Amino acid sequence: MDLKELEAIAFREHQQDDKIRIRCCIVGGCLSANGLAVKEQLVKTVQEADLGDEVAVSGVGCMGLCSKGPLVRLDPSGTLYDRVSSEDAPKIVASVSPRASSSQSLPPSQYQPDAHPFFTKQLRIVLENSGKIDPEKIAEYIAADGYRGLYKVLREMNPESVVEEISQSGLRGRGGAGYPTGLKWATVAKAQSDRKFIICNADEGDPGAFMDRSILESDPHRVLEGMMIAAYAVGASQGYIYVRGEYPLAINHLQTGIRQAKRLGLLGTGIFESSFDFKIDIRVGAGAFVCGEETALMASIEGKRGIPRPRPPYPAESGLWGCPTLINNVETFANIPTIIRRGAKWFSSIGTENSKGTKVFSLAGRVCNTGLIEVPMGTTLQQIVGEMGDNVPDGGKAKAVQTGGPSGGCIPAALFDTPVDYESLKELGSIMGSGGAIVMDESTNMVEVAQFFMEFCMDESCGKCIPCRAGTVQLYQLLTKIREGKAVLKDLEKLKQLCNMVQETSLCGLGQAAPNPVISTLRHFQDDYMGLLSQE
Amino acid sequence: MPITKENSNIHPSGDKRFQMLSATMKRHQYAPDALIEVLHQAQELFSYLEDDLLLYIAHSLKLPPSSVYGVATFYNFFSLKPKGVHTCVVCMGTACYVKGSTNLLTSLEQQYQLQAGKTTFDNQLSLLTARCLGACGIAPAVVVDGSIEGHQTAESVIHRVEESLHHGS
Ligand SMILES: Cc1cc2nc3c(=O)[nH]c(=O)nc-3n(C[C@H](O)[C@H](O)[C@H](O)COP(=O)(O)O)c2cc1C
Ligand code: FES
Repeated sequence: MDLKELEAIAFREHQQDDKIRIRCCIVGGCLSANGLAVKEQLVKTVQEADLGDEVAVSGVGCMGLCSKGPLVRLDPSGTLYDRVSSEDAPKIVASVSPRASSSQSLPPSQYQPDAHPFFTKQLRIVLENSGKIDPEKIAEYIAADGYRGLYKVLREMNPESVVEEISQSGLRGRGGAGYPTGLKWATVAKAQSDRKFIICNADEGDPGAFMDRSILESDPHRVLEGMMIAAYAVGASQGYIYVRGEYPLAINHLQTGIRQAKRLGLLGTGIFESSFDFKIDIRVGAGAFVCGEETALMASIEGKRGIPRPRPPYPAESGLWGCPTLINNVETFANIPTIIRRGAKWFSSIGTENSKGTKVFSLAGRVCNTGLIEVPMGTTLQQIVGEMGDNVPDGGKAKAVQTGGPSGGCIPAALFDTPVDYESLKELGSIMGSGGAIVMDESTNMVEVAQFFMEFCMDESCGKCIPCRAGTVQLYQLLTKIREGKAVLKDLEKLKQLCNMVQETSLCGLGQAAPNPVISTLRHFQDDYMGLLSQE
Repeated sequence: MPITKENSNIHPSGDKRFQMLSATMKRHQYAPDALIEVLHQAQELFSYLEDDLLLYIAHSLKLPPSSVYGVATFYNFFSLKPKGVHTCVVCMGTACYVKGSTNLLTSLEQQYQLQAGKTTFDNQLSLLTARCLGACGIAPAVVVDGSIEGHQTAESVIHRVEESLHHGS
């Protein structure tokens, strides 16, 4: 494979461009809502009307508005149809071509994405191809400038300058903690060892978060390319993707992607006729939240119980089988190809002072528009919840938004003018986390929410360290006592102290962050707690 | 029959599934670190992990049975008990919780006189819960016999389960 061949593949794909495109989402929420049947009906209708030379139907990844699926989009007009059923297919086809028999009534409800705030407020880097390309066709990814970044690094850059470019971009890890990606790469690159590994963390354990699932289902090659570039930069020749077992379609699309990349010589030995070799294997998780934590995840890849170990040594020094290991999140890797193609300067012009680029959020809970959005860092919660999410259904009022899952916190509606970036969210007692944003309305009691998350952490604690194993149980019992109206003021003090202890003394991030939902609700929603205290 | 190198992939019971499992282990060169992959395959073939099966795996990968058992019990995905003919998994993740999944679960529990995590006496239905299915955009979500259903209500989920129980799939 060389650049000429790559461009020939892209050229062949672009010959489809003058056709009218009907794109139907066949992943995630739309798949559950029968998207595949809709797509098949569209294909059939086009065939029967013999419109194949002017209309092309394709199955694509997530368009974002998951609550309204199945979604179908027409291009070049950009018209979007929601809640499409198989019966609607003939109407949609009729609307694009005068040649189709059109005894049909109007197609179902439609939007113009360039006028709807859910779409106009977005800036899509990671999701650039989602909803546009067929995730199972490598040619479509290549036609969308895919694998150009890999070509560029292999033929025009040395590993040091790749690391430097990523450092300059200001990209920070999207898996939760926001560690500077360039710095992590530099550490692994510097480590002396003949064996190094790359791991893509696709364990996505935070309930309410589905960004990584969607990226993998909609544009798997972007993640593979990001891993390849990283491998070249740090000098690794073996990569693993650790995916949750709950995501069969993501696993399937990754397997297809790896097979196709191998066939084109983009994975394997002598990639792009250079001396770079790289191989990627998939490891399927088995349902343990703690395995998202990097040291536990590595234990799991080694076939053991997913139990974390103290750091240092960090994986960058001693990771998988004791070798230097680079571990990044799915979304982090997905940013890489575009940064390489468009440059660090371009990337760092987006976002805020200390948080560059965009963030993908999965907007869920009590809002009208739920789904996946990608916004520049620094977008306010009000814009996300109020404008893009279109507020709470049935005229309800938002009470809080929860970010960061069981390690995060709840931000009250009064503070929705906060811009989202790593630091601002932390100041409010929450974290960016992986990107789940769950809206809660006035009917939600925050003590109940805190108890819900504590139950989660209690169940998912691996049991290795006592503060986490026993502390979460005690915290859960205290919260239950409060909810049952049996607690007194002194118990709130106890609750705070215990939170502090678990935070300070736990071994890994799970325990250290487990009290966050309690602390943040105590801080912002004290009335919910006070209202439940016993009067005695 | 004693297990020797030559016939180690033929299980004394003659059950063909052991051969397939053995092929998987061979593909991983019987590496102990392939244990989780092997357990996944075993559960897919046998639907749950019996003690006998775990012993067989331990023997093949040359691992102490205690560590195979330890791994199998650590991960929620592996089930050491048989499941019912039909399964209904209710997502109890945050997004579904906020949209009333507790209500779905209680209705199902009442309807089938069944606690979450248990199987009915006639072995027809297992009621399970999940952390998050990644289908939060269509919350509350359930999985009935492997297919995800979004935007559920107490009525719709019971209707869906009834369909499964009476029409086979
Ligand atoms: C309890 C716990 C769960 C975690 N879960 C995830 C996860 O699901 N996905 C993820 O990418 N990182 C998760 N992390 C963070 C990882 O340990 C690690 O920091 C991350 O994968 C690094 O990638 P990044 O630098 O690209 O963010 C988790 C951490 C902890 C403590
Ligand atoms: S919380 Fe139920 S699917 Fe994510």
